[in-house]
Amino acid sequence: MKSNLRWSILAAPLALAACSNTIETPKSASAVQAEKPLALNKNPYPSTYKTYPGVATAIRNVTIFDGEGMRIENGVVFFANGKVSGVGGMDTAIPEGTTIIDGTGKFVTPGIIDIHSHLGDYPTPSVEAHSDGNEATSPTTPEVWAEHSVWPQDPGFSRALANGGVTALQVLPGSANLMGGRSVVLKNVYARTIQGMKFPDAPYGMKMACGENPKRVYGSKGRMPSTRMGNIAVNRQTWIKAQEYKKRRDSGKEYTRDIGMETLAGVLDGDISIQNHCYRADEMALVLDMAKEFGYKVSTFHHAVESYKIADLLRDNGVCSAVWADWWGFKMEAYDAIPENAAILHNTGACVVIHSDDENQIQRLNQEAAKAQADGRRMGFNISDAEVIKWLTYNPAKALGISDKTGSLKAGKMADVVLWNGNPLSVYARPYKVWIDGALMFDASNPKIRPVSDFELGQPGEGDVK
Amino acid sequence: MRHFLYAAAAIAAFATPVAAETIAITGGRVVVGDGSAPIDGGTVVIRDGKIVAAGTSVAIPTGARQIDASGKWVTPGVFAGFTRLGLAEVDAVNGTNDKSGGRSGFSAAIDVAPAIDPFRSPFAVNRSSGVTRAVVAPESAGNIFAGQGAIADLGADSNPVTKARAFQFAEFGEEGAASAGGSRAGTHLHFRAMLREAQDYAAGRGTFDDDLLKAEDAKSLLSVLKGETRLLIHVEGANDMLRLMELKRDFPSIKMVFVGVSEGWRVARELAQAGIPVIASALNDLPATFEMLGATQSNIGRMKDAGVQVAIGMINDRDSHQLRYTTQYAGNIVSLQYVPGATGLTWDEAFAAISSVPAEIMGVGDRLGSLKAGKAADVVVWDGDPLELSSAATTVIIDGIEQPLGNRQNRLRDRYARPTEGDLPKAYDR
Repeated sequence: MKSNLRWSILAAPLALAACSNTIETPKSASAVQAEKPLALNKNPYPSTYKTYPGVATAIRNVTIFDGEGMRIENGVVFFANGKVSGVGGMDTAIPEGTTIIDGTGKFVTPGIIDIHSHLGDYPTPSVEAHSDGNEATSPTTPEVWAEHSVWPQDPGFSRALANGGVTALQVLPGSANLMGGRSVVLKNVYARTIQGMKFPDAPYGMKMACGENPKRVYGSKGRMPSTRMGNIAVNRQTWIKAQEYKKRRDSGKEYTRDIGMETLAGVLDGDISIQNHCYRADEMALVLDMAKEFGYKVSTFHHAVESYKIADLLRDNGVCSAVWADWWGFKMEAYDAIPENAAILHNTGACVVIHSDDENQIQRLNQEAAKAQADGRRMGFNISDAEVIKWLTYNPAKALGISDKTGSLKAGKMADVVLWNGNPLSVYARPYKVWIDGALMFDASNPKIRPVSDFELGQPGEGDVK
Repeated sequence: MRHFLYAAAAIAAFATPVAAETIAITGGRVVVGDGSAPIDGGTVVIRDGKIVAAGTSVAIPTGARQIDASGKWVTPGVFAGFTRLGLAEVDAVNGTNDKSGGRSGFSAAIDVAPAIDPFRSPFAVNRSSGVTRAVVAPESAGNIFAGQGAIADLGADSNPVTKARAFQFAEFGEEGAASAGGSRAGTHLHFRAMLREAQDYAAGRGTFDDDLLKAEDAKSLLSVLKGETRLLIHVEGANDMLRLMELKRDFPSIKMVFVGVSEGWRVARELAQAGIPVIASALNDLPATFEMLGATQSNIGRMKDAGVQVAIGMINDRDSHQLRYTTQYAGNIVSLQYVPGATGLTWDEAFAAISSVPAEIMGVGDRLGSLKAGKAADVVVWDGDPLELSSAATTVIIDGIEQPLGNRQNRLRDRYARPTEGDLPKAYDR
C-alpha cells in the first residue's frame, strides 16, 4: 500500500520538471476563435450514464439511517423504477409484486458519497503512465477537466463499491496547482467511457489549493508562487482576469473564447462550485476573504485539518469541511490535525463531510466517520449514529449540488442504497448489497454481481473477494 | 546552557517513571493474546514489571494497587508488527525524518536505534491508543539492504529501545530491483554477492571481490548469514516469494521473515512448508503495483489456514504515525468472517496477530506479547472491544509502569473545544 500518493508524487518535482518543456503550451493554443455567446455549448462531453434495470424491491425489518439525521428501527425501505418510493416504519405498505428482502439485523443507508477522490486520475496500478491528476506545468490550469484524465477501468471503483458502499464520487485534479481544473462527479458504475460514468446533470466543481503544494512545486522550479503570499497574489491576478473576461462575455460583443476563463467565469456565475484543498485555519480565513473580494463562494474546504480552530467562522460562512478522521503529521501543514476535528465542527454547527483522498480509505469512509464520532463522544459531544451517517451521504451531496437527486432516502430521489450486514459504524460491518438507481450493482452473496474491470480480467485474483 | 535547559525540559515532560508497582486489574474481560478465548471476570496481576498471573481464581497480593476493570477489556498491549515509529516527527520535513540513511554510503550497517526518538509525538499519540511495542525498520535507499531495525517500547521514558539490531531489513520486488540496477536479476546477484563478501570479511580478507560492501556492512550481514539476526524482507509478489524461497535453500541458516506479502495467499502452501513467517499488510486489496495483482483482504486468513505464521504490520502505510490503525485493521480481518466467500480470522486469532504472534516472529515471544506469567507487563485496559472503532484505551501499562495518556493533540483539542476566543487570545488558553 503506497501512502500519500498525490503528496509523494508532488514531492518529486524533478520528474514533473522533466516533462514541462514539452507539455507546456502557449495560452493561445487553448483559445479558439470567437463564436456567438448563445451558441456556447456548456456541456460538450455530456453524460451518457444509463440506469440499469432493477426490480421493485422492499427491505423490511431493517434499521434505517435516512441520510438526513433520522433513524428508523424495524423499518421499510422500498424503491421502484430507479427511485426511492417509500421509507417508513414497520407498518409501511408494500405494493404487490415487490421483491422483499428481510433486513433483520441489518442496516440501510443511502449510498456513500466521497467528495474527494482520485480514482481514475491516479488509478491503480499507480504507475507513472497513469499519473494523470496534476497538470503541474502552470500554477493556474482552470482549463483542464479531470474527466479528460479519468481511466474508467480503475480497479479502485470496484473496491469502493464492494467494501465501501460508495455510489457516487467527485474526482478532482490534484493539488499541485492553485487552480487545478474542473472536477467531475461520477456514478460508481463501470462504463466503457467516462461519459458513461458521469453523474447526470451534476454541477461542475473547480479544484483550488492553498499552502505547501503549489508553492513547493513552482518554487522549486524557480517560478511564482514560491510563498504563501505568492499563492494568494497569483490567485488574485487570475480572478481579476476572470472578472474582465466575464464582463466582456456578458457585454454581448464578440470575444475570444478561453476555456480556462470559461471555468473561472462559471465560478463567478455561481454555476461551478469551488472545492478548495486547504489545511491551515489562517489560510482558509484568507481564502474566504478572497472569495468575497471577487464574488464567488467556496463550497468546501478539503482536508481542512485545522477547521476546528475556526469552526465558528466556517459555520457563519456556510462552508463545509471535508476531512479525514485522523490523518496527521505527514507534512508541516498537517501538524496540528486532531481526531476531534469533525466533532468540534459538528458541535459548533458547521458542515462536516468525511472524505478519503485515498483509494484505500474510500473503502472505509464509514469506519473513518465512526472513529471521528467516538473521539467526539470522549470529549463530551454525543453525536448520534444517524447524524454521523449524514457526513457520508447528505452533506457531501449538498456540497456537490446533487442533494436534490441523491444523498438521502427520500421518495423520488435516486435509489442509491446500501444494505449493510451490521451497523456501518462498527468495524465488523460490510456492505451486503448495493443498489445504484435501483439496480443491484453489488451483492456479497453472488459473485456474479461483483464488477471486474478490464484491467483485472485474466489476471491473478480476477473476480476474487477483495 | 542550552543543552542544560533542553535536558531540564525533557525531564519535566518525561518524569522518571515510578518504580514498577504491584498491580491487580480485576473484573475485566481478559484477553491473554495467545489466540485463546477471552476470560470474563478475570484478574491480571503485575509485579516487578512482569505478569504474575492472568485468569480466574488469581490471588490478589496484599498491598497491590487495584484497578477495577469491570465492564472493560484487559489485553496485552498492541505489538505493531512493522513501523517507522520514532524515525519522523513530520514526514515531509527532512530535518525530522530519519527513516532512510541510504545517502550515508552505508547500507546493512545502518542501525536505527539511536534515531528512534521517544520525544517525538508519535510515541505519545500511539501510546494513548494502546500500542506498547513496535518493530521499527529503516527505509532503504540505493541498496537492497536498508540496515538494522529495532524493537521499541512506547513507554514515556528516555529509553525507547527494547532490542537494538533485532533484525536486518531488505527490499526485494520492485523496490529492491530499482536499487540493484533496475532488474530483479540484479537483486538476486547483489544478495548473493554481498553475502559472499560477508564471508570474505569473516575470513579476514580486507578487500572484497566485487567491492559492494563496506566493512561495517559486511559485519552486519555476517550475523544475518549465521542466522543470529533475522532478515525481514519486503516482498509483495508471488513469483518474488517463490524465488526467495529458492534462495533460502542456498542459505539455509538465514532466518527469513517476509513483510508486506500481498500475494502471499498464492504461495501459502510453500510459505508454510518453508516455515517462513510473515508480517502482512492487512487490507491491501488493490493492484497498486504489478506485483500486487492478486491482492485481497482475504490474504491473511488464507495464509493462516494454510499454516503460515501471520502477524499484522503496516509497511509504507503511514507507518511512522498511525500505529493506532493496527486494531482497526485487525477488526477488519475479523469482519471478513461475515462476508460470503471471504476468509478472515476469528477475533481471538486477530488479536494474537497484533500481540503474541509478532513478538514470536521477532524472536521475543518468550518475554513479550501476551499476558502469560513471566512476560513483560505490557497491559492495556479498554473501555470496550479493543478492535471496535468506538473503543479507547483507558489504562496503558508498559513494563509494569502505568503510562501517561496525554499528548499534544489532546492539548489542541482542549484549547479549541469551543473555538471562539474569549477574554484573551487562544494563545493564553492552556
